[in-house]
Amino acid sequence: MSVAVAPLLETVDLVRYFPVRDAFGRRVGRIRAVDGVSLAVWPGETLGLVGESGCGKSTLGKTVMGIYAPTAGEIRFAGREIGRLPPRERRAVARDLQYVYQDPGASLDPRWKVVHSLHEPLKIHTRLSRAEREREVNAILAAVGLPDAHLDLYPHELSGGQQRRVGLARILTLRPRMVILDEPTSGLDVSVQASVLKLFRSLQHTFALTYVFISHDLAVVRAMCARIAVMYLGTIVELGDTAVVFAEPRHPYTRSLLAAVPRIGGRRITQDFTLEGEPPNPRDVPSGCRFRTRCPLVQDICVVEEPRLREVDGRRVACHFAEHSRR
Amino acid sequence: MTELLSVRGLRVDFVTDGGVAQVLDGINLDVARGEVVGLVGESGCGKTTLARAILGVLPATAARIRGGEVWFKGADLLREEAAVVNDRVRGRAITFIPQDPYGSFSPVFPVQTQIMDVMKWKSPRASIGRARPSPFSRYPRERWRADREAVLETLRAVQIPEPARALRRLPHEFSGGQRQRLMIAMALLPQPDLIIADEPTTALDVTIQAQILRLLRTLVKERGVSVLFTTHDLGTAHEICDRVVVMYAGQEMEAAPADAFFARPAHPYTRRLLASVPSPDGEIRDIPGEVPSLVNPPSGCRFHPRCEYATAECSAGRPPLRALAPRHGVRCHHPVDAPVGAEP
Repeated sequence: MSVAVAPLLETVDLVRYFPVRDAFGRRVGRIRAVDGVSLAVWPGETLGLVGESGCGKSTLGKTVMGIYAPTAGEIRFAGREIGRLPPRERRAVARDLQYVYQDPGASLDPRWKVVHSLHEPLKIHTRLSRAEREREVNAILAAVGLPDAHLDLYPHELSGGQQRRVGLARILTLRPRMVILDEPTSGLDVSVQASVLKLFRSLQHTFALTYVFISHDLAVVRAMCARIAVMYLGTIVELGDTAVVFAEPRHPYTRSLLAAVPRIGGRRITQDFTLEGEPPNPRDVPSGCRFRTRCPLVQDICVVEEPRLREVDGRRVACHFAEHSRR
Repeated sequence: MTELLSVRGLRVDFVTDGGVAQVLDGINLDVARGEVVGLVGESGCGKTTLARAILGVLPATAARIRGGEVWFKGADLLREEAAVVNDRVRGRAITFIPQDPYGSFSPVFPVQTQIMDVMKWKSPRASIGRARPSPFSRYPRERWRADREAVLETLRAVQIPEPARALRRLPHEFSGGQRQRLMIAMALLPQPDLIIADEPTTALDVTIQAQILRLLRTLVKERGVSVLFTTHDLGTAHEICDRVVVMYAGQEMEAAPADAFFARPAHPYTRRLLASVPSPDGEIRDIPGEVPSLVNPPSGCRFHPRCEYATAECSAGRPPLRALAPRHGVRCHHPVDAPVGAEP
């Protein structure tokens, strides 16, 4: 990683809790969805954020995006703290920082023609004239691979894949610097997934985008991301270059996760996969290391002391036994 | 090998607002005793329709069976009397594991009520074809006890902790993985010959999916049950299947033992599909074009508009089945003879 450049996005001990209330509205607990996450995203890179459902990866993305207010900690975007900005100033950040839901096509208004949907962000965020907006919209539409003729169609007249492209075009009209992609290919068939991933790559190239790629699919993350962060119950357990982490994962959770991915060809993973049990409820996070209830390497120290992320073997790992845990 | 299930030339149309969709176009499929067969294909290729047609639970208003045979244990289920299929086959000799275990339980009854409700009619101890099921008919006390014992034992086999207490809980008190274990238990309890599992791990996380796949494979192999496992995920198919059948737009393209299927696939579609799985080297290869509409499907081999090897004969007629090896057949005029990845 180059050192001279400043990170585009940085979170420092970012925390987001959700209150749990009983039938009378009294607070009876809290869900520690994101619990002290510090990471940096560098300009032009794709950072993968992986973990199983409920690990807090989407909450992290949405907190960065400003959909949830952070409970504690800092979010710095392009050198500026954005977690506690007044709404008007926060909205201005949205020009540079955009969020893509699972199916961007689903967020199109069915009663608007494509042209209307594509002009809207520009009307809200810029002072461009109508002619300038049109030029911009046409350029973006070409970049996502749709003909001009589609501008006059309604979303229902497009196929699912085309709707998805329009949804992406809508996000790109503002020329954001960073896009958070939240599970952009889950539920897609492999062949469709491949074309969507190709599109993301070419758009990144054309518009010099920085991506945060949230996914539970390790094969996709491996293909798309140079660096990955693995989350478990609201914290990052391993963070580093994808090639390094995949070659020799140092956190026992990362190792189990990698071992669980069905691979084509070679040995069946179900023959030697060992991780038992399910993740604990994030209302009731275990003391010490969060993974200790399922960890094959658990020792006494794991119960009392929460391991911090530290540098081991070219990546950062939160495990007391990261040095010992070789495959 | 003796075939337990043989589907021959099955054609199913769906009547839709946009016209008649030819969802299954002369499908052939074999499942041998004790074999786990993966039915692989992309959304809309008809794999769920095929599973439902075998079970005889196609949506009555829209679906039309246009032809074909479904041979199961020596009887053609499409021509068998409805009462016989209901009594002896559906839910008894053939059981089902759904994709969404939560939607398949009623949220308001404890799981015991729901499992015992099935056992009342479909337990191996229940007599066949005596009385029509009615909510007022008795569940003999003796048999209830024996059946409940079997339920507890099966819950232990699917690794539900504290089965007796678990039975008193409501479905929402179980996690997704646990609910899928309950569904597997329910599918095993009638001691079926065949289980049809429709994408049973799609909604689960990978670590839970690995647990469930291992459990399912162990249990069916122990009991000698055949499984027809539909999935769109090729990795999952590799994990669990002895043999794989790949479908595209309502036609079967290739059927092969799992090893040959993943190492030396012969059909161009199979090869493109396998290549579109993201590879560790970061290369991403898609299949050009889009899945065709089933209302106006391409003539002949339905993959020909997207196929790089297509010639005139591909659009002229459906390619005949070519046997490449025992139990490895391909329906293509231009099968590829090369290991996976090595494209000419």
